[in-house]
Amino acid sequence: MTVTPLPTTADPIDLLTEAITSLDLPADWVGIRATREESVSRSQRDGKPEGNRRSLQQGAMVEVLVNGQMGYAATNRLTVAGLRHAAELAYQQAQAAAPWRIHAFSPEIRPKVLGVYQTFAEKPLKTLTTSHAHELLSRICQGLKVSDQIVQASASLSAKEIDTWLVSSSGTQVHQKFSFFTPSFSATAQDGPVVQTRTNNGRGHAYQAGWEFLDMGDELWASVQRIGEQAVELLTAPECPDMTTTLVLAPDQMMLQIHESIGHPLELDRILGDERNYAGGSFVKPEDFGQLQYGSEQLNVTFDPTVEQEFASYAFDDTGAVAERQYLIRDGVLQRGLGSHESQARLGVPGVACARATNWDRPPIDRMANINVEPGDRPFAQIIGSLEDGVYMEANRSWSIDDQRFKFQFGCEYAKRIRNGELAETVRNPNYRATTPQFWRSLSQVGDRSTWQVFGTPYCGKGEPNQIIRVGHGAPVCAFDQIEVFGGAG
Amino acid sequence: MQIWENTFNQLMDALMPQLAEGEAVTVGLVAEESEFTRFNHAKVRQTGSIENGSMSVTLMADGRSATESITFTGDKASDWPLLMTALHTLRDELPQLPEDPYIVLPDGDDHSREVYDGELLGMSAIAPTILPNMSGLDAVGLYAGGRCVRAYADSAGQRHWFATETFTLDYSLFTESGQAVKGTYAGRTWDDAAYTDNLAVAKTLLEQMSQTPKKLERGQYRTYFAPAAVADLMSMLSWGGIGEASIRRGGSALGPLQRGDKTLSDKIHLSEDFSQGQVPRFNQYGELAPLTMPLIDGGQLKNTLVSARTAKEYGIPSTFAEGGEYLRSPTLASGTLAEADILAALDTGLYVSNLHYLNWSDRPNGRITGMTRYACFWVENGQIVAPIENLRFDESLYNFWGANLIDLTQATQFIPEVGSYGFRDLGGTLVPGMLVDNFAYTL
Repeated sequence: MTVTPLPTTADPIDLLTEAITSLDLPADWVGIRATREESVSRSQRDGKPEGNRRSLQQGAMVEVLVNGQMGYAATNRLTVAGLRHAAELAYQQAQAAAPWRIHAFSPEIRPKVLGVYQTFAEKPLKTLTTSHAHELLSRICQGLKVSDQIVQASASLSAKEIDTWLVSSSGTQVHQKFSFFTPSFSATAQDGPVVQTRTNNGRGHAYQAGWEFLDMGDELWASVQRIGEQAVELLTAPECPDMTTTLVLAPDQMMLQIHESIGHPLELDRILGDERNYAGGSFVKPEDFGQLQYGSEQLNVTFDPTVEQEFASYAFDDTGAVAERQYLIRDGVLQRGLGSHESQARLGVPGVACARATNWDRPPIDRMANINVEPGDRPFAQIIGSLEDGVYMEANRSWSIDDQRFKFQFGCEYAKRIRNGELAETVRNPNYRATTPQFWRSLSQVGDRSTWQVFGTPYCGKGEPNQIIRVGHGAPVCAFDQIEVFGGAG
Repeated sequence: MQIWENTFNQLMDALMPQLAEGEAVTVGLVAEESEFTRFNHAKVRQTGSIENGSMSVTLMADGRSATESITFTGDKASDWPLLMTALHTLRDELPQLPEDPYIVLPDGDDHSREVYDGELLGMSAIAPTILPNMSGLDAVGLYAGGRCVRAYADSAGQRHWFATETFTLDYSLFTESGQAVKGTYAGRTWDDAAYTDNLAVAKTLLEQMSQTPKKLERGQYRTYFAPAAVADLMSMLSWGGIGEASIRRGGSALGPLQRGDKTLSDKIHLSEDFSQGQVPRFNQYGELAPLTMPLIDGGQLKNTLVSARTAKEYGIPSTFAEGGEYLRSPTLASGTLAEADILAALDTGLYVSNLHYLNWSDRPNGRITGMTRYACFWVENGQIVAPIENLRFDESLYNFWGANLIDLTQATQFIPEVGSYGFRDLGGTLVPGMLVDNFAYTL
């Protein structure tokens, strides 16, 4: 990737500072958040190129606080004149809306902070050449095609370098430089009407890192071989039985489970009702914090933006709040929510540094970052060995949950029956359904550190106007008692 | 907006002579100037303005293709250097790429220009116009309005420009117990009276939500789906459904229909219809779609969405679809059920106004899961009894658009797209309501 500076200045901090200094607005606070995003994505299907895309997008959002109301204006004209014009628009927005404000915010919602952050990348993204990237993708496609029954073998990668700068009238100066890498591959097998797709961990390989996660040698090629073979294996596997049993989830399905049924319901803006017209509200009430037995005593969940290489790590959120590790759920009891300074001020409950925006053209809202289930003390073999009967599932393929984050149904790519303390036959089209409290309170065994894995996704959607954002989820293998599982068939 | 059009045309006029022999280029533009006001409890939560534009430049040579997206500001002096840098970057990259056997080179001489002006609320008028009517209500939602542009140019000489001024007011009204109704008011010209009428309908419906919700056991129920719910179900066909590539590669829910393994009701008539001018007719290849094209006719798969790339791969004709082969302006034909007869025809069962969070639970077999949402009622003997606690469903389209489809309504309704991932969506779906027997609810 080539790095191009923002136009008109060598140091964007200087441009933003000059723009703020030049303003003559009777505002209580002004801030500018600028972003430059360079990305490359490449994909192949059956060894032939499907896409080669680069992107260089940049712009800035100006926020202005007037009479307790924030207004914003986003522009891609990154000049002092362009930013001044945006500031004036933001001022007018705030002033016009102030009589109808939902809360009188003070400048404390945008704390003064100074700092820098940079992703550690063992193999910087710009060192992955175009030709080498395609050689790898082609070889992955070849490796996936273990049989003539593989009707589609796909491989792709996405690499992004994102710089954000935050400058405010109260003296904030932050620069964060991120590197994101997302490799993915999948095999689809078909035998007449039976079609099965297997991916590398439900496309959950999303890291804040360089491209070292694609340069994994034998481990990568063994994984490619296994994915191809399992897609074919699923064609003749029996349907997952309809039964109520012990469900054991691998970390690549725990990712989705955590995201949908812990992350989203704990967002304070959902509890405040902001999100009810789009993604929905939450079954969690303000009075539940510090009280609600969310899960069994074995459930410990953290908001942890400090984990190196996890997808949504950062030092400051998009309002300048300092990011720290916090327990959301401890010994099963709900401790705090996912809410910004703004939501904390409105709701009066503790939150975390999670005001995040998808890009320069969207305002920050309450967001998950890295939400992790902490490891327990059970090796994988001990969990399986303790069960007379059950189903072990890997890799999400279908997800749906209601607007209160209460009733859900999730489907996985691959599963095995557990019989007499051992993994037994493979079953296909595995699904399960439950309600959130019932599910987490049935958590009976938590895998140890050896079972703990980190995954992530760039595609968490939320907000009005809509935003997608990166999230990371680390988890051990976990077992849940008395869960309704079932198979496919139309 | 005229400035953007002039800038885009000047950039394209200047770009084409820069191409070397054997090179071809296509350029797509998406841009907007939008106002967004988000509200909760009928108070402003967030408000702002966004001006954004992005050009997508695809360079092709020697059987290879690469694309770069760059910022479009509308200022030629700012955008031209970025465009030239992108051209040189792509030119450097092409030799490093493998050959693409399905490359689609620009071809044809299509030109189009559609500009739709509107009368929208000014920035300072949004809150004072919308919120007083919602006073006293627990109203939450988003006003989004402004100008949206989609444009295209290529080295074959094709050029398209589509600009429209639109707004959407997407809102929900809640009772104290958490029951809710959904309202949407959208168009090109804001009309205070039309907004008041729209809100009045939602308020009336909200009154019916005040009763204690009925909890239903899982099972199969006769169900009436209002047009917004039908639109949600139909949107699933854009995701591994009606696209030819998906069918060819085993990933489509319509595979069983295409193979003749399963059938749909002869009441199902689905088509793409661009005659309303809600979205551009041109696609990413510069092709102009026909004004109308039947997809499913009398339950039979008549046409699929075939992009130029898929057409080249499989040696079949293009149906001028986008590369993603998704529905752009779908219309589901009406049936015979009169509006006044809906409850009587339903008799006893569920009246479902909206659905939420749909996903394939078994795509090769057409099975969809999701939730009921907003104003959904239990009906007995043709009379609304009470709102329901939301239910999860898990059901195959070969059932609810197959033997279990009783009828579709005579009236159709336009359900506007209100999404804004990246840029504001355009267009919407024209659909009737539908009455279905034995719809499966599972939780």
